[in-house]
Amino acid sequence: MPASDADQPLLQVRGLHVDFTSGGRAVHAVRGADLTVYPGQTVAIVGESGSGKSTTAQAVIGLLPGNGRVVGGQVLFDGRDIAHASRREFVELRGKHIGLVPQDPMSNLNPVWTIGFQVREALAANGLAKGRAAKQRAAQLLAEAGLPDADRRAKQYPHEFSGGMRQRALIAIGLASRPRLLIADEPTSALDVTVQRQILDHLDGLTRELGTAVLLITHDLGLAAERAEHLVVMYKGQVVESGPALQILQDPQHPYTQRLVRAAPSLASQRLRSSSQREQVAAAAAEHAGLAHAAAVAGSDVGVEQTANVIEVEDLTKVFTIRGSGPRGEKLRAVDGVSFAVRRGTTTAVVGESGSGKSTVAQMVLNLLPATSGTVRFDGVDITTLDARRRFDFRRRVQPIFQNPYGSLDPSFSIYRTIEEPLRVHGIGDAKSREARVRDLLDKVALPAGTIRRYPNELSGGQRQRVAIARALALNPEVVVCDEAVSALDVLVQGQILTLLNDLQAELGLTYLFITHDLAVVRQIADDVVVMQKGRLVEAATTDEVFRSPRQEYTRALLEAIPGGNIELGV
Amino acid sequence: MPDRPTAAVRPGQEHHVAPLEETPLAAVDAVDEQAPPTSLWADAWRRLRRRPLFLVSSLIILLLLVVSLFPSLFTSVDPRFADLTRSLQGPAEGHPLGFTQQGTDVYSRLVHGARASVSVGVIATALVVVIGGVVGALAGFFGGWLDAVLSRFADIFFAVPLLLGGIILMQMLDTRNSFTVALTLAVFGWPQVARIMRGSVLQVRSNEYVTAATSLGLGKLKVLLRHVVPNALGPVIVVATISLGTFIAAEATLSFLNIGLPPSTVSWGGDISRAQTTLRTDPWVLLWPSIGLSVTVLSFLMLGDALRDALDPKGRTR
Repeated sequence: MPASDADQPLLQVRGLHVDFTSGGRAVHAVRGADLTVYPGQTVAIVGESGSGKSTTAQAVIGLLPGNGRVVGGQVLFDGRDIAHASRREFVELRGKHIGLVPQDPMSNLNPVWTIGFQVREALAANGLAKGRAAKQRAAQLLAEAGLPDADRRAKQYPHEFSGGMRQRALIAIGLASRPRLLIADEPTSALDVTVQRQILDHLDGLTRELGTAVLLITHDLGLAAERAEHLVVMYKGQVVESGPALQILQDPQHPYTQRLVRAAPSLASQRLRSSSQREQVAAAAAEHAGLAHAAAVAGSDVGVEQTANVIEVEDLTKVFTIRGSGPRGEKLRAVDGVSFAVRRGTTTAVVGESGSGKSTVAQMVLNLLPATSGTVRFDGVDITTLDARRRFDFRRRVQPIFQNPYGSLDPSFSIYRTIEEPLRVHGIGDAKSREARVRDLLDKVALPAGTIRRYPNELSGGQRQRVAIARALALNPEVVVCDEAVSALDVLVQGQILTLLNDLQAELGLTYLFITHDLAVVRQIADDVVVMQKGRLVEAATTDEVFRSPRQEYTRALLEAIPGGNIELGV
Repeated sequence: MPDRPTAAVRPGQEHHVAPLEETPLAAVDAVDEQAPPTSLWADAWRRLRRRPLFLVSSLIILLLLVVSLFPSLFTSVDPRFADLTRSLQGPAEGHPLGFTQQGTDVYSRLVHGARASVSVGVIATALVVVIGGVVGALAGFFGGWLDAVLSRFADIFFAVPLLLGGIILMQMLDTRNSFTVALTLAVFGWPQVARIMRGSVLQVRSNEYVTAATSLGLGKLKVLLRHVVPNALGPVIVVATISLGTFIAAEATLSFLNIGLPPSTVSWGGDISRAQTTLRTDPWVLLWPSIGLSVTVLSFLMLGDALRDALDPKGRTR
């Protein structure tokens, strides 16, 4: 292959069409995509799930699934069309000239081989090094990818690595034979934000040093804008807008891009409501709880502060016994002496990375998991001491919304039965009034009445999440615990659901306990923030305080890790 | 932002905006109100009814059910009427498949033999699904010591091979009829269903809708019955269909060994056993009940395969 100079495009995709055949029908996954990558440049393809961004990348590296086919257009790599290259040609290209960092670090390393072996395999496959030399080179590559103590680490197995370390190993493999183009398909979306930042920084430095061009596939506009100089925005298989990153972000032209920029949580900086709404919420909440005196003073902001705390968590601790049982078992303090309070009619976010104990807190507040010690008071009553009947009443007043829209609805229940079930369980109304209530709830969550006879498998993730919200609201609860309720959704849908939750809060005077790993979402929805790290509470303050002047090192690290957080926007 | 050089825009990377006519915006997350509603079972049915494997096997099974319920529709000859003068004679008018050594009509015995096989298979499968389903669901849902006790108990029976257990148990029984044979097979067959049910329940139990039902205030048993069992049934249905085939084969084996159904009951296994003696000279006497048995067992296995494809949750995402 000829050595190319920096002014010749390394990769040119021209009018690419990719079809998938499923069930005898052809689905046009990519329709006329164009993009250009110059040597040493970072280009990002941004889009939601189903936009064709990953399919485009797969076509470039010849890894389309069996039912996918390039039906038109060109993929020019170094001037040579590889759109229809043979399997042998691709084997020659892959690794040596085009490297890949896959998405999921958990499933992309073979669990039965050591990390070092898998790096050596990449070296051997491209005929770069063998035997002792390969061993040395593998350790070098791992060290270069930012793994400390690489010699020893190379002898370990994937399960001994954290997600971030595995991703570093995958980067080492992707860069093993110094490819000129590295395709990184959502390389960090499975990782915590602080780890994500470290890895991307490292990848940035490494590829710049080696002069490797990077094709970054991501759903996160903020991340793309921060890491790439050129953006390609895809929507339903087509490129809707492309150009210099900053220009696209500050002056988006296509309506879809505008929508995306507005919705990107990492770029938004506003709580989703005005102060007048805030007073309405406080009044509605007070009314809802039957607190007449609070309603009288709700006209002022001071009144809001004086409204009783609906949930008070005090010195909450949960110890799990892992590995073995009895006194000899290994103990894990998942939640360690956490105390905070949730004001009525407001949203309190519990933020933390995986393993911080935030979901365990939610489970205990929902009274689904007994606390090891400490108390959770709901409306002044300790919920751990409730008898069966009063616990049943408590269930009516506190309802959850979960993360996974595909797992939170019973697939054998129609939407009607799903939303009606809480009413039936609590013996509310007759069949007729329940149906009216279900219709009313569907309307509240902005789903058409036609949804009522459908089943969950017919709905999209966002629609399912709306149904889950309707089910949670059926009993007129006072508190809704949202456990990562929007984390699994595409950014536009996520924005819609957050707006819906916010509107419902204003309308019904709801109190939210919002569990999330995403500080960007916190800024849009929360009034108060509780930051957790390794089971402990590190900071608790109002959202404004936390974002303006975080007091703890850890909170600062979390804030800085929000991708694209410091890019000025034009909209 | 990292200090990337802000180079001039290079050819091919100018700011490009697709014309709106070519890239129309769809409403974010709209519901398709035109499509007909489909439940999971309706979905599975739609998937099934186009599969040739399912069509062929279910037609054979349907025919088999009709034959075993109304054998007189297919033949008016008494399968027990023996005319020794016609022993081992070939096909004759009204007797299309010829005669056995005892001089009974082969076709009539083939038709009447279906009932024994089908009834043993159906009763054994029903028993296995009920016992195994209940034990597996309880073990999987409640876990802990109950799971430990029930699973070990099931393992005791699992350790005994179906046929060996059947032979031993049948020898101890005084009454031998379709029901006792089915019971014997069920005693050693239920642990398999229990295992499948337990695994399936474990998987369903971890779904968030189960937690959501609990936080509605639903009791544990109600959660199990309403939300867990209906969603855990798929794999059990598949295994039950396949084991129906194996139970029929096992019944034939027991009858072949003369410890299954008594000789007075017309059954394929017994007929195969008695036809052995004339295998060398008159193989067709053995051939016909063997074909009946093979086709029956095969069609249940095929149906099981087709159901697995339709009910497998992994297959559904495709």
